[in-house]
Amino acid sequence: MTASTPDPLTPVLTRRWQSPRSWSIDTYEQLEGYQALRHALTAHPDQLIQLVKDSGLRGRGGAGFPTGMKWGFIPQGPTGPGAKPKYLVINADEGEPGTCKDIPTMMADPHSLVEGCIITSYAIRANFCAIYVRGEALHCIRRVRRAVEEAYAKGYLGRDILGSGFDLDIVVHAGAGAYICGEETALLDSLEGRRGQPRLKPPFPATSGLYASPTVVNNVETIASVPAIVQGGSDWFRSMGSEKSPGPKIYSVSGHVERPGQYEAPLGITLRQLLELAGGMKDGIPLKFWTPGGSSTPIFTAEHLDVPLDFEGAAAAGSMLGTTAVQVFNETVSVPWAVMKWTEFYKHESCGKCTPCREGTYWLVQILERMVHGQGTEADVETMLDVCDNILGRSFCALGDGATSPITSAIKYFRQEFLDLIAQQPAVERPEQLDDLVGAQA
Amino acid sequence: MTLPEGTPESYGPITGPEEVVFEPVVEEAGPVSPVFDEVTRQRTKEIIARYPQSRSALLPLLHLVQSVEGHVSQDGIRYCAEALELTTAEVSAVATFYTMYKRTPCGQHLVSVCTNTLCAALGGDDIYGRLTSKLGVGHEGTAGEPGTPGSITLEHAECLAACDLAPVLQVNYEYYDNQTPESAEALVDALQRGEKPHPTRGAALTDFRTVELELAGVFPDLETSAEGPSVAPESVRGAQLASERGWVAPAMPDDPPAFPALPEKK
Repeated sequence: MTASTPDPLTPVLTRRWQSPRSWSIDTYEQLEGYQALRHALTAHPDQLIQLVKDSGLRGRGGAGFPTGMKWGFIPQGPTGPGAKPKYLVINADEGEPGTCKDIPTMMADPHSLVEGCIITSYAIRANFCAIYVRGEALHCIRRVRRAVEEAYAKGYLGRDILGSGFDLDIVVHAGAGAYICGEETALLDSLEGRRGQPRLKPPFPATSGLYASPTVVNNVETIASVPAIVQGGSDWFRSMGSEKSPGPKIYSVSGHVERPGQYEAPLGITLRQLLELAGGMKDGIPLKFWTPGGSSTPIFTAEHLDVPLDFEGAAAAGSMLGTTAVQVFNETVSVPWAVMKWTEFYKHESCGKCTPCREGTYWLVQILERMVHGQGTEADVETMLDVCDNILGRSFCALGDGATSPITSAIKYFRQEFLDLIAQQPAVERPEQLDDLVGAQA
Repeated sequence: MTLPEGTPESYGPITGPEEVVFEPVVEEAGPVSPVFDEVTRQRTKEIIARYPQSRSALLPLLHLVQSVEGHVSQDGIRYCAEALELTTAEVSAVATFYTMYKRTPCGQHLVSVCTNTLCAALGGDDIYGRLTSKLGVGHEGTAGEPGTPGSITLEHAECLAACDLAPVLQVNYEYYDNQTPESAEALVDALQRGEKPHPTRGAALTDFRTVELELAGVFPDLETSAEGPSVAPESVRGAQLASERGWVAPAMPDDPPAFPALPEKK
């Protein structure tokens, strides 16, 4: 850490976004683009891996895994697993409710992603890179594809890049509408032309990824951060954020605030600070609940205004940093309703591979819809917690775990609201239903 | 506190999952339909050539057949299976997994309204409700003869990753930001009249089949279609505020610092 405190906002990834035609290679090169690549190609690949390790960069896709360490897991060498082709796959399948940082990044500054891909591929010795973009993000697909074409034309891609002897091809691949493909192993299956269902780990993608070869899967924002780290160095990167969560991060503030948008700040900013920057709560209606990093991160309330939003701070307060998708809801929003909507999402997006998630989300939706439409029972709250308990930690991938987060955290902070909702409701047809059940047993 | 409604499809008695209806299996598998012409076959070859292994081309090829027929038909499935030397069962399994592959013919335009939590809380459910009653169709229903000018397929979508611009909808996957029931209705009116209002961000509006071709990775005029605003005004609010207040990231060194020493081999 340096002695001086950085400014409240530190545009690094977003620094070019206001420029005219910021997506074009002309603008990018005028603003120092592809200089990091020239510098990186003078280094030994292992020096780049070490640099990223030293920088402390952690994955921006939600899990926060140290990026340099991930790159270091790729086996290298002329024999054994290191002799296989290696692949870089970019996870641009942004779809977690609330998360909206990668789409503006690809829209406004696709070359930072492409330059990051080239540097990363050089570091891990990959000669093929796929950028898997969510299908619904059509204009991003156009921009990234255009950026790739421009990079080929300038000799930044293809054979013998800038005379370094390094070859790289990038393909821009459109998804087809499945949230689960944001899970890295499901993404790999999808990229291989299969149903997007997660794989059992281990083996991890580092040894057995795309086409059973060593593969790094990284998020857009992670890779777009790499050129700046090469140019500024690890000490510069660490002058923002905290010891364990260094660097700048795009916070996506949405919902009931005056000026929703993308705010790039050092990791560790609080919601109180973000709300000030975003003009406060919309129309002055007080805050009720919020997510720190998308719907899969347990919700917070007004009690958590001063929680530092970095990986450690969010976890210590009982949630997760996730993708720093800060969705803000005011007092007009019913918590059981919001939880129902999120649960409908998880039910729709569950891939069906494992029973706890497929059946659990299905029954949770039934309970929540019944409750919100006026037929809740007193047992429902405990039943939901019980179902969640049978999903959490027992599902094949993190989708199931994520599905339980809004429910268990909402009940933790707003149990009374669930009970009040149930208590207000007329007991519609319930005695008859009970009679049916008793009759069925007889 | 008022309780907004849930996804409209969820009303009514609680029932089991809907039965999935498949088109009848074609008994005699003759040659695939001539709608997949020489141009399509050439494009198919080019798409396959992009990947280290051919099967990776399956998702793009399904987008390609959808661009030809406006949905993924049994014929389209057979075409993909032939091109990649897969069974039709393998291709069907993939086609039915992804929501963007439509199994019934779509309208000239596909209108997708985000009804996930945040958009819904800001009016997304109202927008979807207004459009269902206006068009007289529900989720994945088509108003008008599919494929004819002004025909519209409606769907409610999960989070479209534009939450700072909520509520949003897409027409043929182009974004229309900060919508209201009134603006959405006006948009649909215009589409039905054969107009193509410009999206908030992105390229000029075309139609569903044209964008499916782009999703297959075929861009007839990428230089033009990649144009449009750099980004939505909302997305640069942070960067703008920083400029106004003179906030910047810490200065980088003038020259890139030396790389760390080469780590010793273990």
